[in-house]
Amino acid sequence: MNRECYGKLIFELSRKGRGGYRLPSNGCTPSVDELPEVLLRRTAPELPEVDEPTVVRHYNNMSTNNFGVDTGFYPLGSCTMKYNPKINEEMAADETIASLHPYQPSATVQGVLELYYTLQQTLSEIGGMSEFTLNTYAGAHGELTGLMVIRAYHAGRGDDRRVKVIVPDSAHGTNPASAAVAGLKVVEVKSREDGTVDVEDLRPLLDDTVAAVMMTNPNTLGIFERNIPEIASLVHEAGALLYYDGANLNPLVGVARPGDMGFDVMHINLHKTFSTPHGGGGPGAGPVGVRKGLEHLLPNPRVVKKDDGTFDISYSDCSLGQVTGTLGNFAVAVRALSYILSLGCDGLDMVGRLATLNANYVKESLRDAYLLPVDGVCKHEFVFDGLIDKSGGVTTLNVAKRLLDHGYHAPTIYFPLLFHESLMIEPTETESKETLDDFIRVMHDIAREAAESPDVVKSAPHNTPVGHPDDTNAALHPVVTYKELIDNVQQ
Amino acid sequence: MLHRYLPHTPEDIAEMLAACGLKSLDELCADVPDELLLKRRYELPEQMSEKEVRDFFKSLSDNNRRLICFAGAGYYDHYTPAVVKSVLSRSEFLTAYTPYQPEISQGTLQYIFEYQSMMTSLTGLDVSNASMYDGATATAEAMLMCVAASRKRDRVLVSDTVLPQVKAVLATYARYHGIRLDVVPEAGGVTSRDHLDRMLAEGDVAGVIVATPNRLGILEDYTGLADTVHKSKALLVMNAPASALGSIKSPGEWGADIAAGDAQSLGMPLDFGGPYLGYLCATKALMRKMPGRIVGATVDDRGQRVFVLTLQAREQHIRREKATSNICSNQGLMALFVSVYLSLLGARGLDEVNRVGYAGAHYLAKELEATGKMSLSYPDAPYLNEFVMTTVDKVDDVMAACVAEGILPGVKLGEHEIMIAVTEMQSRRDIDRYIEIVSSL
Repeated sequence: MNRECYGKLIFELSRKGRGGYRLPSNGCTPSVDELPEVLLRRTAPELPEVDEPTVVRHYNNMSTNNFGVDTGFYPLGSCTMKYNPKINEEMAADETIASLHPYQPSATVQGVLELYYTLQQTLSEIGGMSEFTLNTYAGAHGELTGLMVIRAYHAGRGDDRRVKVIVPDSAHGTNPASAAVAGLKVVEVKSREDGTVDVEDLRPLLDDTVAAVMMTNPNTLGIFERNIPEIASLVHEAGALLYYDGANLNPLVGVARPGDMGFDVMHINLHKTFSTPHGGGGPGAGPVGVRKGLEHLLPNPRVVKKDDGTFDISYSDCSLGQVTGTLGNFAVAVRALSYILSLGCDGLDMVGRLATLNANYVKESLRDAYLLPVDGVCKHEFVFDGLIDKSGGVTTLNVAKRLLDHGYHAPTIYFPLLFHESLMIEPTETESKETLDDFIRVMHDIAREAAESPDVVKSAPHNTPVGHPDDTNAALHPVVTYKELIDNVQQ
Repeated sequence: MLHRYLPHTPEDIAEMLAACGLKSLDELCADVPDELLLKRRYELPEQMSEKEVRDFFKSLSDNNRRLICFAGAGYYDHYTPAVVKSVLSRSEFLTAYTPYQPEISQGTLQYIFEYQSMMTSLTGLDVSNASMYDGATATAEAMLMCVAASRKRDRVLVSDTVLPQVKAVLATYARYHGIRLDVVPEAGGVTSRDHLDRMLAEGDVAGVIVATPNRLGILEDYTGLADTVHKSKALLVMNAPASALGSIKSPGEWGADIAAGDAQSLGMPLDFGGPYLGYLCATKALMRKMPGRIVGATVDDRGQRVFVLTLQAREQHIRREKATSNICSNQGLMALFVSVYLSLLGARGLDEVNRVGYAGAHYLAKELEATGKMSLSYPDAPYLNEFVMTTVDKVDDVMAACVAEGILPGVKLGEHEIMIAVTEMQSRRDIDRYIEIVSSL
């Protein structure tokens, strides 16, 4: 695109006297100016003054500098970037739903309450749990809420000694961070070479100060934790609860359920497993499910079905409390239910299997050029430890950037921390064999290029709208607003 | 065909399995212990056509009632310009992940930078992050910031005049994080400064949280408050609905260190609770204590101005349990909503939104009082577009009569107390109809 003409900030397109709105009038005469001056703004906020066509062109041009699932293949490991169905968007854009106030009387919102309740029940069936709340806004918010459920459970038993959470060293960063926000101490358990948890390493850590063990299954290397029944019984014997991080749920859809594995509390990322768009960093949703006996601890407010078949919103004193202002990102829940209904039990039955097939196909097709540290069948994703032939000095970062030149989003890089050159690939089930074959060919081309002309790979990307940014400068001299930007230029 | 979202033909599956040295899809599940395998389908309906999905949601939607909305209490019915919907539906924005690859994510990064610029100006503070989940969780994160910034202090004061849902979330986060959260009583609809002074004098206070307008719609005069709070070496947090800040004194102008609240009032659909956006802005001194993503400007190796995620050493994926917060996904796309909305309205448009709301609210309050059925609960208190009425009839009866006529008259605060908000969405006819219903009670 033409950055010179279209690369400006909206503030730089502002001209005094322009605007892009017209408000309706109610013809009432009282004026804000009647308010005591001390309560009014002294200076108007510095917002752009722009006409409507300019706003539209500005943001549409910006969007062309972006890459989404609709643009191309997005094998970002651990993020489950599957196709986001269009019907979901239409269902979420329902004009009546858009108009519903969260505090509207229950009798006037029976439809949305039933929708909320239906998804709650559906997720319970898929997770093998007793009940779910949809209030939580994101995966990390689900983790935090789930850990609060666990703390409330122990507190309810009068056990206040349990202040620790055991987390594998391969876990997502949100796990230990959520534990810290929930007021718990983090104890890391080392994982084996394949990222799985060694029962013998875990055993000595399990004492009566442990509140919970947090795990993903499959783990971050895409390996299924075969010992999970044994781990669950050890955790339960120690009086602790087992938490399931739902970030890696996709390969288990139609295959197995966390509840059946002995997990007590879990969250699901609707923006991963259930296809709701990630929106450049949200809004997502992280519903939390609990096994039987923990339902009363779920956060307020709850959507309940009454004996007469109607739905209501309830608050309970037993609950851990409130973690959201409302019933959560409701329109995200609408999308997830639309996806689940579109697939149905027969379609969902294939989701986990095909996600697994796609991952194994890419893995087996590329292991001749990229170092596969953990052999065997993987689940929805797998990790390479960089190129096999590292003689050209080409790193995982270089490979990732070269992929951008070929019209792909990069895989997740340098995570998990178990390997120096981690390159984590998750294709998802919505990609065709042709898409995967093209990707495999390009990955082979890059490996060949890395050996024959490594500088081309090292200096990538070459075809992107912008080149490699100076991150160090950004962090050393933070410029985080337009005001700072112009102040800097003036200095 | 398996399903319209699943491209695999039987031949594809066979070829791909062969490439993996496998014979059946079941072999892909061989690593899952047999007793854990779900040997049945989910107890859910079979796949639906798009038409059937549409019909399903239509049947539910028919059980919802669209009402003319005089309810507020933190969430307001404002107009969503068509341009906002159009831009947000661009799939390059909608279907992108967090902008980890700046070379192909300048769209997302740039709108976050614009969002940060607009929110700092609106709140009168220096830095903003890329968004929080909602106003309540944003305020809870502000509370955590206060405690983290103070190092040793673990006590936070919240005014009783802060919205109840915000206080509820604060209480939950405080309880589990080990923060002592004490409530400063309300007197005559505003924060009791006498009580606040006494509670500050007790010591150990890391932060004080107040609201403007408060949970009763009242604009409190916070003159001198920041000085009082700062003298006790505590931080001042101000919670406000974003749109009001287009006209009323901003947190920065009051001397607050942190502003946190809901940006739903910037034209976001009510959507029965979300998605909305929580904003969080602070002084430069607190920048490295901020939770979440922050976008900064820099240059690329071609000399162009570009935007990147910056100061990531604060975040969970780097710092793990030592991070300033656990937040990862936030409300990204809703930050684009704010950018587009505020680009269209500008400072003048936002001020007009408040002027229309003020005019309607003050007209409605006066006319409702004239019916003899209601009176302002705080007759001398200044308010913007929301006020509390004490009712002669039970609020439930007012509610029933209005809902029967397609009007949501407000939010019930007590048996005889109702909170009423007016925005640009209610026409003069709607307002007069409301008055008529009340007078005929």
